[in-house]
Amino acid sequence: MSNIHLNTKIFDTDVEQVPIRKGFGEGLLESAKKNQNIVGLCADLTESTQMHLFKKEFPDRFIEIGVAEQNLASVASGMAAMGKLPFITSYAMFSPGRNWEQIRTTICYNDQKVIIAGSHAGVSVGPDGGTHQAIEDIAITRVIPNMTVIVPCDAVEAKKATMVSALRKEEGGTNTPVYIRLAREKSPVITTSDTPFEIGKAQVFYELDTDRFLLLEQKRGNSTSTFKLDSDTHGIRHDVAILACGALVHNALLAAKQLEEEGIAAKVLNMATIKPLDIEAVLSVAKETGALVTVEEHQIAGGLGGAVAETVLTGLKRGQQPVLECVGVHDRFGQSGTPQELIKEYGMTVSDIVAAVRRALARK
Amino acid sequence: MFITDSEVQSLEEQARKIRVSIIHMLAEAKSGHTGGPLGMADIFTALYFKLLKHDPKNPSLDIRDRVVLSNGHICPVLYATMAHAGYLPIEELLTLRKFGSRLQGHPHREFLPMLETSSGPLGSGLSQAVGMAIADRIDHGKVSPRFIYTFLGDGELNEGQNWEAAMLAAKEKLGNLIAIIDRNNIQIDGYTEDIMPLSPLFDKWKSFGWHVIEIDGHDMRAIVAAVREAQTIFEKPSVIITHTIPGRGVPYMEHRFEWHGTPPGISDISGAPAKADQVKEALRALGE
Repeated sequence: MSNIHLNTKIFDTDVEQVPIRKGFGEGLLESAKKNQNIVGLCADLTESTQMHLFKKEFPDRFIEIGVAEQNLASVASGMAAMGKLPFITSYAMFSPGRNWEQIRTTICYNDQKVIIAGSHAGVSVGPDGGTHQAIEDIAITRVIPNMTVIVPCDAVEAKKATMVSALRKEEGGTNTPVYIRLAREKSPVITTSDTPFEIGKAQVFYELDTDRFLLLEQKRGNSTSTFKLDSDTHGIRHDVAILACGALVHNALLAAKQLEEEGIAAKVLNMATIKPLDIEAVLSVAKETGALVTVEEHQIAGGLGGAVAETVLTGLKRGQQPVLECVGVHDRFGQSGTPQELIKEYGMTVSDIVAAVRRALARK
Repeated sequence: MFITDSEVQSLEEQARKIRVSIIHMLAEAKSGHTGGPLGMADIFTALYFKLLKHDPKNPSLDIRDRVVLSNGHICPVLYATMAHAGYLPIEELLTLRKFGSRLQGHPHREFLPMLETSSGPLGSGLSQAVGMAIADRIDHGKVSPRFIYTFLGDGELNEGQNWEAAMLAAKEKLGNLIAIIDRNNIQIDGYTEDIMPLSPLFDKWKSFGWHVIEIDGHDMRAIVAAVREAQTIFEKPSVIITHTIPGRGVPYMEHRFEWHGTPPGISDISGAPAKADQVKEALRALGE
């Protein structure tokens, strides 16, 4: 974990809070300074989606589309056909929600690289209510062939994800269209500028080192005399892996810390890329722990939970199949409230994650 | 004059050959759309054999004009015209809609990269053409080296996205954009004015801020003059409403919405010969 360089204040109550969408705005501006082919298109939500930073700096490369998300997607496709790299922004509910078929056909089927940034995803949009809370967007984007789906965990990662998405595959980016999921509310800054980000790679954000593992084993009254330090895993076998994406990665980290204090060894993976999913990492932790818990501010059906279920069921032998619990929205629409009230109502708090881990361990 | 009498005759003969190819390819495919492709053969011929800046031997020529086929279902006329213009072997037309063919039932760039767009779902082609025209203007300013053409069906105008794109094109003053509407008055379920009235179509586009030209879509001189006129319009997108007869050239198909999505030879339709004779009769009517 030492090479991940997370924010040292993650577990402090005064951890810095920044909206994830802000990282997108900064990343777009920085990428646009390097790549003059980048153009920005927005459906009347320039400031909400943080595209105003780009618009101010590059007014001649910004196109205000108006409240017309279907046009937004297809105009971008046409611009990409002429060699531009368009970024399109709106609320996730409207893009990729309202304009799903245009994204599917004119962008993905048409093989034109467009970066789709959907802001205000998840129930934590808050008071605006269920109409504006996109909790189906991961599902509808990840089923489209030729699409990459990224869910950054904080503003710092959102900036990196935006800048990497703008690069070609040969430069460490991608040649496919990309959906980047953003959230409205301020959320804890988990990563730092030194934290690595790579499309398609999950990162371990929490795990026990040898000392903490031995301490935990002693607490549990287990003998540590047979412990082998020289094996690949240093002899550490975590009890459970929590696979999380988006701002809820922070709750997953808090849950892992609490579990460790309670004598349970939990590993946390930041699943920033939902598609292509880091299958190797998922199968590896499934084999190590035999118990997975997914965490997402999205419908379980079709989301990260669905993606992980598909991966472990099709990728492992019978005896290696892990038990799986999914934290997220269970087939409901959102509603008005404060973000905190809604995260509680829909069962995505730290204690909900801890409870899901305990259910998973009980089924193991 | 934009065009001489002998050029008109030569284009008309070319359009006839393209119609013959359309009948052959649809008869072989036993599925596909007939009415629209036959109706649009004259305009496609004028564009590809007279008006377009392009090079069939170098489809990716940078300064080429762009053609966006929004109503992808009329692709038999696009494929046949491109084949006759030298983009594809004419024999390849008989692979239409077959497994492994470059000529997908609706155009797909993955199979035929020389296409500008993949299309089929109605209502999104104008938006893509608008995007191309904006991109071109960003690169070249108000004096663009090329035109962006897009073909739209009239039934397709039921889709609201067209009007989103129409507003944006006017706002962006896209003088390099020329939309061509196939005003053939039919769509799958019947006549357009019964399904969802479009009239007054001229006034609609005018009120959206477009330069509107209305012509007989089978008159070569009118087609060429209209496109030349559209090319002269500065800081305003142009739309050419081309009145066409669906099924043009095959009398038993003309004006009949039943032939919108049906190929000759597979079903008995009132007013047509028995299905076994439909292909032969269509080819005879086209002078074969």
